[in-house]
Amino acid sequence: MKNVKVLGTGCANCKNTIKLIDDIAKARGVEVELEKVEEIKDIMAWGILSTPGVVIDGKVVHSGGVPSREKVEGWLSA
Amino acid sequence: MTTTTLDDTRPRNALWGWLGLALVVWIAAYWNLTAFADFLLALTGLDRATHTGEAVHFFLYDTPKVLLLLTGIVFAMGIVHTWVSPERTRALLSGKRLGVGNVFAASLGIVTPFCSCSAVPLFIGFLSAGVPLGVTFSFLISAPMVNEVALALLFGMFGWKVAGLYLVMGLTVAIVAGLVIGKLGMERHLEDWVRALQSGTGAAHVDEKLSWAERIDSAIAQVKDIFGKVWPYIIAGIALGAGIHGYVPEDFMASIMGKDAPWWSVPAAVVIGVPMYTNAAGIIPIVEALIGKGAALGTVLAFMMSVIALSLPEMIILRKVLKLPLIATFAGVVAVGILVVGYVFNAVL
Repeated sequence: MKNVKVLGTGCANCKNTIKLIDDIAKARGVEVELEKVEEIKDIMAWGILSTPGVVIDGKVVHSGGVPSREKVEGWLSA
Repeated sequence: MTTTTLDDTRPRNALWGWLGLALVVWIAAYWNLTAFADFLLALTGLDRATHTGEAVHFFLYDTPKVLLLLTGIVFAMGIVHTWVSPERTRALLSGKRLGVGNVFAASLGIVTPFCSCSAVPLFIGFLSAGVPLGVTFSFLISAPMVNEVALALLFGMFGWKVAGLYLVMGLTVAIVAGLVIGKLGMERHLEDWVRALQSGTGAAHVDEKLSWAERIDSAIAQVKDIFGKVWPYIIAGIALGAGIHGYVPEDFMASIMGKDAPWWSVPAAVVIGVPMYTNAAGIIPIVEALIGKGAALGTVLAFMMSVIALSLPEMIILRKVLKLPLIATFAGVVAVGILVVGYVFNAVL
């Protein structure tokens, strides 16, 4: 099971990102452990500059804006 | 991408064709705005000579105009943004000294994609990569204030002179404020955990290589995104502007916000602007209507800069990383800069 963390201080884009990942995971029947990281200290520990950021299995794969559907599908299928 | 295979030239040509067509439609629409507004007004049966007619005409003319300008500029900047990421800006700024660094930072603030909800991560990310505090502030002030949306709207409504002056003045405020904060040596007023982070360096970032099709897709996505966010502000702003335009008597504003208004009208405009929080797109239609009623440009622009650059919600977010003395200094220095801009505009124009 993949561990997916969404880094963001709770802005609209962060919520959309979580929802997008959740929707795609459900639609494809992929089991993921989805985590919200909202504390700014914890977000900064990942070294990203713009939110929302996405971390999959301990690796930053995306930052700044809602990721595209294709991108998310790519993460979940790999 | 430098390699071009035969396979991707055909869709690419179609892409340029669509883009060209969109440009032609855009220009044609922009040139016929008055005719369009006249036509729609005729349909409602209202007369422009009446208050209601004038207000409705203003609304029908301004709404498509602002939306067209916004689409055009956001798209163009969306393409530019595919080359400039915050990560790249940070790499350019790290290790820059106070002075040159501030000029660089303020200028990069115009073209770097920036969202106010990212202000804090950006701030810390810059500091941790060795960008000096004063230089970081120049970026943080310039990025929201001198942005493409503000410039596009000012250009559309007041012409290139006002847009140009706003650009120069906005950059000056950002550069000088950053220099002052840097000179004051206020690093000790960062929250302790932020200072602890400073030793580490940011994660390496790999720039993605993009094709033109992907750049254009990204720009279109940005237009949709910004549009989705700002249209209610714009419509509300224009509606309010239309009301002022149609109903408030000519020269009503001259006595309180005009050139001959008392000296305190500029500071008053700044103070009123602080608790207000909207973006450039929402505030500019109001600015236009106020000026139409005799308000002085400097006073109104000071009000606008204050609404955008000095907002209470942003201060509250920044409080997580800055101690109070630093926030107070930041607000104070920027406020003084805006006041100077207001007085200079009033004196020059």
